[in-house]
Parts: sequence; structure tokens; C-alpha cells
Amino acid sequence: MTQTEGLFNRLANPTRFMSIAAAILPWLTGVTVILFAVGLYLTFFVAPPDYQQGETVKIMFIHVPAAWLAMMGYSLIAVSSIGSLIWRHPLADVSAKTAAPIGAVFTFLALVTGSLWGKPMWGTYWVWDARLTSVLVLLFLYLGLIALWQSIEEPSRAGRAAAILALVGFVNVPIIKFSVDWWNTLHQPASVARLDGPAIHSSILTPLLVMAAAFTCLFFVLHLKAMTTEILRRRVEALRMTQVARAAAE
Amino acid sequence: MMGNLGEHAAFIVAAYAIVAIVLAGLIAWVTLDARSQARLLAELEAKGVSRRSARKGRKRQASEAAE
Amino acid sequence: MSAFWALVRRDLRLAWREGGAISTTLGFYLVVVAILPLGLGPDLNLLARIAPGVLWVALLLSALLSVDRIFHNDHEDGALELLALGPLPLELIVVAKALAHWISTGIPLVLAAPVLALLLNLPAEAFGVLLLTMATGTPATSFLGALGAALTLGLRRGGLLLSLLILPLFVPVLIFGVSAINAVIIGPSPFLPSYLILAALTLATLALTPFAAAAALRLNLQ
Repeated sequence: MTQTEGLFNRLANPTRFMSIAAAILPWLTGVTVILFAVGLYLTFFVAPPDYQQGETVKIMFIHVPAAWLAMMGYSLIAVSSIGSLIWRHPLADVSAKTAAPIGAVFTFLALVTGSLWGKPMWGTYWVWDARLTSVLVLLFLYLGLIALWQSIEEPSRAGRAAAILALVGFVNVPIIKFSVDWWNTLHQPASVARLDGPAIHSSILTPLLVMAAAFTCLFFVLHLKAMTTEILRRRVEALRMTQVARAAAE
Repeated sequence: MMGNLGEHAAFIVAAYAIVAIVLAGLIAWVTLDARSQARLLAELEAKGVSRRSARKGRKRQASEAAE
Repeated sequence: MSAFWALVRRDLRLAWREGGAISTTLGFYLVVVAILPLGLGPDLNLLARIAPGVLWVALLLSALLSVDRIFHNDHEDGALELLALGPLPLELIVVAKALAHWISTGIPLVLAAPVLALLLNLPAEAFGVLLLTMATGTPATSFLGALGAALTLGLRRGGLLLSLLILPLFVPVLIFGVSAINAVIIGPSPFLPSYLILAALTLATLALTPFAAAAALRLNLQ
């Protein structure tokens, strides 16, 4: 074993990761709860109605963070995939696998809240708005990744196959966004309210940022917890194998 | 202010309710999964299947996969 | 390079011999296009307006139906492992097999499209553009399909999974293929930008997917 491999193995040591995660998680959970409390207070008791959207701007405070996490989750999977393909980092596999369902849930929430915002603003639940459409395609990319993970039983093979797919998808996300924008300008009926206002006043921006921070912290709490669980799951699998091997040897 | 969400109150409440329910479900799923894996591991270790041999087993698997 | 063309010729010969697969794909294309007016009503103006989109979507579905063949047989009988041991890098094997798929399936589908366009009352001036855009876009579908086939090789329900993985990646090709045809029929946007972007998408796909597909094949051959 070369020296660099040794270094990576030390960094990748799952036991060390478990103890770091166990130390961080309570603090991060506390921060998440506080941020949510502050964010919800600002949303419902402080933030004024928007002059254009009225009170429905409150939906933006959960829609925008969910949409941001949908993108960040996929980027996180792509970065982990590079780690898993190039360095065969065992934690990168675990990180990519556990981020996929969490990211997919936030993508789903971005779509649902966007649609509930659209009904009063646009008059219909679904508009083939460029943003909604690209987020919908992003959800399909997530579902493909999850399905691929579930179809391949052997974890290391599943990890690398999913990593290849995730990177191909990551290269495609901007291309899909660009083509949907193009398609939308060809078909878009003029003058609908956009999901993003031109300039956001600070009374709206502050709750939005606090909620975004709260959602982001929640994502990482869930991701860290899911990663430690995935490591436990692999230990259980390994123990079961030794158990079977011992029973066979006796 | 709370209690006066304008004419579209139903949509705002629905959006927050759905987000709350779905996130609660996600949190519950992650927590329950963590507990059940921890319990399974504890049971196996109580039966005397040691971690050390398991670690060797994992390493062997990893090196086989790398080949 | 001779090994590369030998592989292309071999795949084409195999595809020719088992001709059934191609006629099934063409039959599927015909049925999908023909069943749509039955759902939408026989209004020729409506059909003419949606014809480019319908022809493209049906073509993508038909191509998808046939791509899991690309590596399947060679994987089953072990020929793929032999090929991987041979002089040709795996990336070029992917290119050869995707190219053979495009020639044996993509081109017949493209040639069938104008005939089906008659059923949908596509305006006469659009037939040339239809052929041109489809001929430009289908290599991308064959190569993306090869990537999907490599990722799902040997899996249960591989075909269904392949559709879920690859259809979202077809979105840009679909959008620019249809918008290039629509530019000629309804305007007002010019034809050339859409067409050139479609061509660029195809070129980028041809350049990049072989590496990803070869990486996926290596996983299967270990």
C-alpha cells in the first residue's frame, strides 16, 4: 500500500467519522431548531405582505430554500461521486447514496410549494414555467439515481454505477436548464408573475435567508444521521456474513 | 400577522402543512432507520460476533472490490 | 482502426440477420404515432400543429426500446469480455456499437418519420427539416442509449430502469429538434440557432458518453 492510499484510508476511517458525526449532531440539531423557530417567527409575525404577491410571499420562504437544497443536494452527490470514482473513498459512496433520497424529498417539496404558490398567482396549479419544468426534470434525475441504487445489490458496484450516472446528470443539469429556458421563451404567454421578484426588500429577504439557513442545517443533520446509519447497516451486513461463515465452518 | 393571511390563506397553510408533514416523515424515517440498524448491530454483537473479525472481512471485501 | 470498422460491420451483420428487432422497433413507432389521433381526435389542424413533437417523442421512445440490445447479447454469451481483452479500447468499442445501433435502428426510424408525418398532416415545407433534424439528433439518442444500456447491463428490470435513467437526458435533444422544425412551420424564431444547438448537443454527446459508458462497462466486466 502506498503512502497516499494510507492517508486516504485514515481520513476515510468510518469509526473516526462516526465519532465526529456523533459530536457534531446534537449541536447542529440545536442550531436547526433555533433557526426554524426564528425563521417561522419572522415569517408569521414580522414579515410584511409583498406589494405584488400579498401574503402568498410566505410560501416563498419555504419554496426557495427547498429549491436551493434540491440543487445543492445534487451538487453534493456529484462531488461525492467524484470522490468515489477517483479516490474510491468509502465515505463518498455513503454520502452520495444517503443524499439522494433527502435531496429528492426537498425537490418534491419545491415542486409542491411552487404549485401551491402558482394557483393563486397564475390561476393554475401547474404552469410550464422554465423553473418548475427544470426542477421537475431534476426530480426525475434523483429518481433515476435512487432506482439505480436499489437495482444493484452489491454496494461497491452500485456506488460506482450511481456515481457515473450522477456525474452524467450533473453535466446535463445546466444543459437541460438552458434548453427549457429556450423552449419556454418560445411558448411562454407574456406577462405572468415570475417566481423571483426583481428586487427583494430586506423585510422579505431576512426571513428568507433565515429559513434557507434552517433548511440547510436540517439537510445536513439528516444527511449526517443517514450516513452514520448507512455505515451501521454495512457493519450489520458484514457481521451477518461472518456469522454465516462461522456457522458454515463449525 | 398570524390569523390574517389574506385571501389566499388556504394555500399558505396548505404549503406549510405539506412541508411540515413531509419533513416530519423524512425525520421519522431517518431516525427509525438509525435505531433499527443500531439495534441489529447490538443484537449481533451480543451474540458474540466480534467487530474485529467483521472489520477484517470488510477490508477483504474492499480489497477484492478494488482488484 | 480496422478492428473498429470490423466491429461495426459485425454488429450491422448481426442486426441485419436478426432483422426482427428492427421491424419491431419500426412497428412500435408506427403504432405510437397512429394511436395518438385516436386519442386526440381527427382534427387535421391540431395534428399538423403537434406533429413535430409527436414524431420526435415517438421516435425517442422507439429508440429507447431498442437500445438495451446494444450490449445485451454480447454480455450474455461472453463476447463482450473477449472484446474488452482485445486491442480496441473499451471507449472505441462503445463508439462502434453505438454507431452500429444508429445505422441499423436510428436511420430506419428517421426514414420512417416522413411517412408517419403524412398521417399527421405535417406541412409539406417541413419534410426536409424533419429529416435533417432527426438525422442530426438521433446519433445523440443512440449514444445516450448506449450509456444507459451499459449502466443497466445484466440487471433485472433493466429495460424499465433504462427508460427512467435516460429519458430525462433526452430532454435537450427533444426541445431543440422540435423547435427547429417549428421554426420552419410557424416561425417566428429562425431555424438556424435551434438547429446548430441541436448539432452541438449531438457532437458533445458523441464526445463524452463513450467515456462514461466504458466506465460503466468496466464495472460489469470485473
